[in-house]
Amino acid sequence: MRKHIISVLVENEFGVLSRIASLFSGRGFNIESLTVAETDDATVSSMTIVTTGDDHIIEQITKQLNKLINVIKVVELTEATQMAREMVLLKFASGSGGKRLELLRLVEVYQGRVLELGARSLVVELTGSRDKIEAALKVLAPFGIREMARTGLVALGRNGIK
Amino acid sequence: MKKMLTGAQILLEVLQEQGVEVIFGYPGGAVINLYDHLPDYDCRHFLVRHEQAAVHAADGYARATGKTGVALVTSGPGATNTVTGLATAYMDSIPMVVFSGQVPTPLIGNDAFQEADIVGITRPCTKHNYLVKRVEDLERIINEAFHIANSGRPGPVLIDLPKDVIGGKCAKKKPEKPVLKGYNPNYAGHPGQVQRAMQQIFKAKRPLFYVGGGVILGDAAEALTELARKLRIPVTTTLMGLGAFPEDDPLSLGMLGMHGTYRANMAVTESDVMVAFGARFDDRVTGRIDQFAPGAKIIHVDIDPTSISKNVVVDIPIVGDVGDVLGKMLEVVENSPDEASRCASGHDEWLEKIAYWRDLHKLSYEQDTEEIKPQFVVEKISELTRDLNPIVSTEVGQNQMWAAQFFTFTQPRSWLTSGGLGTMGYGLPAAMGAQVAFPGRLVLDIAGDGSIQMNIQELATVVQYNLPVKVIILNNGYLGMVRQWQELFFDRHYSSTRMNHAPDFVKLAEAYGALGLRAEKPGEVEETLKKAFAHPGPVIVDFKVAAEENVYPMVPAGEAISNMLLV
Repeated sequence: MRKHIISVLVENEFGVLSRIASLFSGRGFNIESLTVAETDDATVSSMTIVTTGDDHIIEQITKQLNKLINVIKVVELTEATQMAREMVLLKFASGSGGKRLELLRLVEVYQGRVLELGARSLVVELTGSRDKIEAALKVLAPFGIREMARTGLVALGRNGIK
Repeated sequence: MKKMLTGAQILLEVLQEQGVEVIFGYPGGAVINLYDHLPDYDCRHFLVRHEQAAVHAADGYARATGKTGVALVTSGPGATNTVTGLATAYMDSIPMVVFSGQVPTPLIGNDAFQEADIVGITRPCTKHNYLVKRVEDLERIINEAFHIANSGRPGPVLIDLPKDVIGGKCAKKKPEKPVLKGYNPNYAGHPGQVQRAMQQIFKAKRPLFYVGGGVILGDAAEALTELARKLRIPVTTTLMGLGAFPEDDPLSLGMLGMHGTYRANMAVTESDVMVAFGARFDDRVTGRIDQFAPGAKIIHVDIDPTSISKNVVVDIPIVGDVGDVLGKMLEVVENSPDEASRCASGHDEWLEKIAYWRDLHKLSYEQDTEEIKPQFVVEKISELTRDLNPIVSTEVGQNQMWAAQFFTFTQPRSWLTSGGLGTMGYGLPAAMGAQVAFPGRLVLDIAGDGSIQMNIQELATVVQYNLPVKVIILNNGYLGMVRQWQELFFDRHYSSTRMNHAPDFVKLAEAYGALGLRAEKPGEVEETLKKAFAHPGPVIVDFKVAAEENVYPMVPAGEAISNMLLV
């Protein structure tokens, strides 16, 4: 059971997202994360789906996705062929003194940005590979994460992969 | 300036361009504008008595003709009543377009009267579906729907029509071929793969063709028969494949699977090369999957890539239209006469073994003088209609399995049964649809006393339009298949399977205006059937049959198919 990233180009029509979602739920496939947005061509959207399964399941997922009428292209991105990034927003209590400085320093280590520093809260943006985000979350957790929002992965194939 | 038409008119014009001659439907508030224009067009409309039956009738029409079936219903309950029919057609890959009415677009989402999110509801049981939001899109969408329904692996498509779209106006365009970026089914089988498959087939000592409904849908029965006969390869068909290969041919093994013949299941188990044509390795066919054709190289020909290596790992996959692939295989045979004749003469031992299995356990039953055996009725029907080229539909359960086992199928598109979904109540409306397509042919529904009651209201439809369907009820007073499982696996605990209150089917037939007949003794069977077949109108025949007769052979669920209960 490995993690797989599947990039799907779909027609930008209403109901397409629910077709994809219902395909996954109806056939018992997992969705770990799913992102969707318009591409440079407004009639086409791009989805990045992170899923788990053995090779047999992943083969079925890609075939079943291809079978949907609104799906234009399905590419399974392997680790060697993809660049994948995720963004997370974190809200902390703003704290004070040494503790706040340490938090800010760690955010810098992970190349994060401070979006808001108020009297009561501190909001941070982090972007990176899933591993980097996971590592950062582990390190930052002791500071007391009040709220968190994650985008899920977006991914592109490397050169030569269309 | 171009003439402006209403959505209703555009729809009916496009149906005409698509060659639609028949619609099965039921009117209602949301589609009243459409019904208003309907008589202006050449399309014949058949008013059913329940929307589920409209969809099954369109399905039966499609199976019998190969054309796309069409049904028309209103919004809300009209639309939700189509769900079982759509799911039935989807599981068996039947080309169909269903139009449902919808509340006006400004009311969608407001819980309006007779509103249902039918596009959401039917998403998993249609090949594709549409909500038409603007009348300008209507023409394109209908053309796309017909294209999708009857190309690639066929299937049902639903189009939801808000009332203001049907009532809206725009100009009609010229018919044009739909362009779909994400839909381009592959028809041509890869020649290299075909070549590899043929080399494997030529080398085989114990080859077997395993043939499914795809061969019927792809109109490839003739090519399949030619290839099997040229290479002398035995053929077993699935429930959906009955009629794809003549069962009176010595190479025919009959049906395989849970209620398959002994020789078919044994041949699968001992084959060394198995070629699946348009079949999908369903669990009712394979039984325990790791014991299915355990020693065989498997070649799988299917137009749907998702079917390949879904349930079993395939050695040589060929994605393509089964007719195209069979054509290429026949070419290879033509170009390799030596290998082909060596192949054809190399199976003597294998065919002898199959003959041995055939004689060891034939499909059988014991007909005494007291009670009618249901198998006897089916066998008699088969015998009496041999030269009539009848169309046989069934309900679901024991009646369906006995029909599959004891009727001798020789023609494609003459067998209508709900294989994948197993829909009770399918048979009568499907027979009705087939009879509309072929008014001159004998159309039979082999039914049980349970399932016939699931769409019995359609007797009114067949009487109204004088569709001379013959309903043969094998009346055992039980929901027989479930009772059989209870007998075999639940210690004869017949929980809720005794149907000891049923209508008097003869009187019921008469009440609807049809002919009702009954037989209770084996000696009356032939006479009664002849009388029914000779009657020019619809008939119900109530055969009181042995109550606790079982369907054998039977492979218990989850067991290897070589592990059959034989008596």
